[in-house]
Amino acid sequence: MSSSDITLVKATAPDTPEPSDVPRIVPQRRYGQWTAAAVVLVLLGLALTSVVRNQAFQWGVVADYFTSDSVLRGLWLTLWLTAVVMALGFALGTLLAVFRLSANPVLRAVSWGYVWLFRSIPILVQLLLWFNIGALYPRVLGVQTVDLFGPVTVAIIGLTLHEAAYAAEVVRGGILSVDRGQIEAAQALGLSRWRRWRRIVLPQAMRSIVPPAGNMLIGTLKGTSIVSVIAVQDLLYSTQLIYHQTYQVIPLLMVATLWYTVVTSVLSVGQHYVERHYARGSESHR
Amino acid sequence: MSVMVDIKSVHKSFGSTEVLKGIDLQVRTGQVTVLLGPSGSGKSTLLRTVNHLEKVDRGAISVDGTLIGYRRSGDRLHELPEREVLKQRTQIGFVFQNFNLFPHLTALENVVEAPVSVRGLPRAEAEAAGRRLLQRVGLADKADAYPAQLSGGQQQRVAIARALALEPKLLLFDEPTSALDPELVGEVLDVIKDLARQGTTMIVVTHEIGFAREVADTVVFMDAGRIVEQGPPDAVLDRPRHERTRAFLSKVV
Repeated sequence: MSSSDITLVKATAPDTPEPSDVPRIVPQRRYGQWTAAAVVLVLLGLALTSVVRNQAFQWGVVADYFTSDSVLRGLWLTLWLTAVVMALGFALGTLLAVFRLSANPVLRAVSWGYVWLFRSIPILVQLLLWFNIGALYPRVLGVQTVDLFGPVTVAIIGLTLHEAAYAAEVVRGGILSVDRGQIEAAQALGLSRWRRWRRIVLPQAMRSIVPPAGNMLIGTLKGTSIVSVIAVQDLLYSTQLIYHQTYQVIPLLMVATLWYTVVTSVLSVGQHYVERHYARGSESHR
Repeated sequence: MSVMVDIKSVHKSFGSTEVLKGIDLQVRTGQVTVLLGPSGSGKSTLLRTVNHLEKVDRGAISVDGTLIGYRRSGDRLHELPEREVLKQRTQIGFVFQNFNLFPHLTALENVVEAPVSVRGLPRAEAEAAGRRLLQRVGLADKADAYPAQLSGGQQQRVAIARALALEPKLLLFDEPTSALDPELVGEVLDVIKDLARQGTTMIVVTHEIGFAREVADTVVFMDAGRIVEQGPPDAVLDRPRHERTRAFLSKVV
């Protein structure tokens, strides 16, 4: 409820009684809204019946595999790979953002160069390069490179380096959104560099960081499916392994689709609460 | 009476624009100095050099006998590491035109931030002291309010309480009432007057001539990066010796 409602009531209520001949206000009729709703409902209904009645979807098969062991193992790998890549990517990205905004020109150049390089290389190409790194350096630290760079390690390294380049820009944008006066006020109070960052800049930057970071998290969740090209058994690859044997392509792709949708929905709800936390003290949060 | 602030031949340029063209100024302990002048005259920049928010290009500033921002060896001034500058700043309170309260912290949290993190005071002790400070600026009941829930005048009073929390030797005010609605100016000036009566040493940049007349021990008029004249308020405000001061005063009053 908005405060303007209250003021309106207050302004008219007291000692002057309403004359009965004051015309009543009728809000504009919203016919377009109702028409649109009807059209959308009809289209939705048609789509749903077609999905349910089309035997080729084989919903029975979907149900059989939805919670099968190999699919759940794939889901689990997708989840932890996403978590690890996000955590490492944002840790490295934050460091890069701080470098980029530092007074030190060498650090600025390093950060700029990193972001330029890893945003330039398609993630698919990068994964394949890391996967074949043994061709460039057959031995590192006295060990066979191929032993060191297994598919999962390659997936973590490749996705993290890629993620960090984008995270760096998200975090930098967040830091830049904090008013310069905030930092000056903290400096004037004698707050140390770390304390300024931790207590003043970061909590305020988070408001601008969370929405694009949520976007990246969901993007990464689905983006991890690219590791199927180097035979890491994530959610997508586990369903592919099954349909390569059973030829039930569509129902197994539906299994993967439904799981990605479920996880994305949960993450979106989580993002709402994180945003609310960082909105404390702002106009919209009283 | 001892000298609290000693500004010697300070020069400062932004790019090719020289904003301070050799400033000499002394502020005695327990006195209130008001800096007046048109915008662009360099008064805010001068104030910001006193706690090293702006570096000077030439000259030196000392507060209570300590050189600010530099260490002298022979005929050279070496810039101090940030850690040392931060320590010096805890002796100097600064109040900004736009308050610059931390919006994600409550009024009380704003006030106790520095005592807890800089002085290492236990939180409970800092909060008790913080509540006393908020009471002193008339905001005891607003301790748990966020800045967005306060009026401009209330925010500026919290900012003053925050600046007082480290018990500084010197307070600097940069146009503390310029961002306020006219009816809120009085409550902030009252708090500053109160501090003046208790013998706080301060430098105030302001356009409030009435305030200068009432509170200042010394009024300094600046124009185009130079001090044009200075003296007791009745001398500078009522019998200005320079044409430039007269022209300025005739426009503001």
